[in-house]
Amino acid sequence: MIKFIEYLQTRMKTVIMVCYVLLILTAAFAAIVDKSHAHTWVEQNIPFFWSIFGFCAAAAVIGIARWFGKAGIQVPEDYYEQSIWLDDSEN
Amino acid sequence: MTGSFIHPALIMIIGALLVPFIRGPLRKPYLILIPLLTLGAVIGNNSLNGSFATFQFMDWQLVFGRVDKLSSVFASIMALMALIGTLYGMHVEKTGEHMTAWFYVAGSLGTIYAGDYLTVFLFWEMMAFASVFLIWFRKGPQSLKVGYRYLIIHTIGGVVLLFGIMLRYQAVGDIEFSLLDVKNPELYTWLIMAGFALNAAVVPLHSWLPDAYSEASFNGAVFMCAFTTKTAVYTLARSCAGMDILVLLGVIMALYGVIYAVMENDIRKLLAWSIVSQVGYMVAGVGIGTELAINGAAAHAVVHILYKSLLFMGTGSVLYMTGKTKFTELGGLYKKMPATFFFTIIGCLSISAAPFFAAYVSKGMIIGAGFETHLNWASWLLMLGATGTFMYNGVKLPYFLFFGKNNCSDETWEKAADPTWNMMAAMAFGSVLCIYVGSAPGVLYSMLPYAVHYDPFTAYHLAETLQILGFAAFAFFLLKKYLEPVDRLCLDMDWFYRKGGLFFLWVAKNPLQWFDTAWGEVYRAVGLRTLMTTSKFWSWFDWNAIDGIIDGLARTVRAIGGRLRVLQAGQIQYTMYFAASFAAVVLIAYILLQLS
Repeated sequence: MIKFIEYLQTRMKTVIMVCYVLLILTAAFAAIVDKSHAHTWVEQNIPFFWSIFGFCAAAAVIGIARWFGKAGIQVPEDYYEQSIWLDDSEN
Repeated sequence: MTGSFIHPALIMIIGALLVPFIRGPLRKPYLILIPLLTLGAVIGNNSLNGSFATFQFMDWQLVFGRVDKLSSVFASIMALMALIGTLYGMHVEKTGEHMTAWFYVAGSLGTIYAGDYLTVFLFWEMMAFASVFLIWFRKGPQSLKVGYRYLIIHTIGGVVLLFGIMLRYQAVGDIEFSLLDVKNPELYTWLIMAGFALNAAVVPLHSWLPDAYSEASFNGAVFMCAFTTKTAVYTLARSCAGMDILVLLGVIMALYGVIYAVMENDIRKLLAWSIVSQVGYMVAGVGIGTELAINGAAAHAVVHILYKSLLFMGTGSVLYMTGKTKFTELGGLYKKMPATFFFTIIGCLSISAAPFFAAYVSKGMIIGAGFETHLNWASWLLMLGATGTFMYNGVKLPYFLFFGKNNCSDETWEKAADPTWNMMAAMAFGSVLCIYVGSAPGVLYSMLPYAVHYDPFTAYHLAETLQILGFAAFAFFLLKKYLEPVDRLCLDMDWFYRKGGLFFLWVAKNPLQWFDTAWGEVYRAVGLRTLMTTSKFWSWFDWNAIDGIIDGLARTVRAIGGRLRVLQAGQIQYTMYFAASFAAVVLIAYILLQLS
């Protein structure tokens, strides 16, 4: 398996091209699939809806998490050990 | 025990108590035998239906063996998990670690089979007090503190639950563990729900989970990731099914866990956040409350235990072999741990609901139930969460751990290797189960509480899933520079009680201590002097007034005593002699006078 992964790593351009082809095939499959079982209007009427949803949702999650982290949620690892409420001897 | 019901918790408890006496070559077979017997007992119980092992205790009937489809499906996966977890940690020498893990399992099984709230509470607390040792046994620099935080939070949750049980008993007059009137909730309904919700890590009562699970021992975390939260999901499904607020709380959990997992640098903490997120789906399913939703919650609990334990085994192997858990200290490990990489990837695909992998057959049930009950907002947000789950668990975890930048030190890289055979066997077993249940869910569906009319293998579901996974992965590789792990801590709700605790200590050590010292000075300067003056006065008063009276009395008494002492000393005979002589003289004189 290690050799197979290294084999793929030496041919990254081909791997990336295959991934793009797979994405296109997935979208094409979605275009022809029976949508009568879809729960909502948007699924039935917006072409490639779940492709768009998948991309936008992933981008949104990354964006929100990054904003959240930058907004002060991410702090140094020793945050609780460096508290002003602790005496110097406890730091 | 009644009839053919055998309580699996009893097997686990007796098995745990005997572990110290089983040594040498018998230890490993014994460690497998007891979980196998437990699993056998659960499978045997699955054919039963009704209440067993009932005992009269004061005015209450305690039911230790309530068997129905809901309890059977949860008990089955817990017993299976006990087997997988024990196999994974079979080489661990510490007897106590096996004992506490089994007591923990027994607590979970006891809760699941309990038919009354007292029995629930008994086993509920057993879970909390046993599992804390799985944190302490790691003996890391933070283990003790984390364990105490875990214990305090669960004790508070237990007290809230007990308070709810008592109020319910006062109002209803029985302790039967059954569905509450969730459409007309009373205070006790909220308290019981909150007690269960704390163990389910419902936001904002969730911070104990990432705090504790990331600090547990490498195999302790494998047990912990399965039992506490899923037992709580069972109790919520049993008592609070259809409680509307749970839909909102479940959705918040699903999204909150995703955001924190995306930010996380610690691989096991990432998985802990993932539990918060995935249990959110189950809680939302319980809140929706329809047959499809409850089936979905139960099915998702089963597959979640399978893939989450597999993921914790994979990351636990990394911890066990390298001693590291941070992305910023790891990376590129596929070369050194190829089997671990392979099994972890199966776990990643399973949690991502990739076609033919575990969650593919369960997650859609909950989301579909939301759409069917016109809770579209909930289903859309759960879909958003599902996409995020694939982002952090399906792509980020394997990419930055096994590929990506190699951040390993020379020492870490040297240590990195696939783990012991039993750990590999447990991961292989978990992987097979993840693929089996995802590809052939018939057995799982037949065990669910209600008849299943759900087919995950439709072309539309397949197309939907492939699109989401494919394009989310595309977004990841376009935006992955924004996901590079950084060695930072993520503040969470525990900030309030951790900072609150530190503030309390500071207040105790500084203002309160200052006040105490100042008060001591004031007392010394003012109070003591006043006291001395007052004391002198009272001393004088005592000496001159009180003692005067007392001494006067004493002197009088002493004088009387002296007289009495004189009498008691024998002088009274003289007195009587003189008196008698005088009387005789007077009498003789009188007689002589009469005669003359």
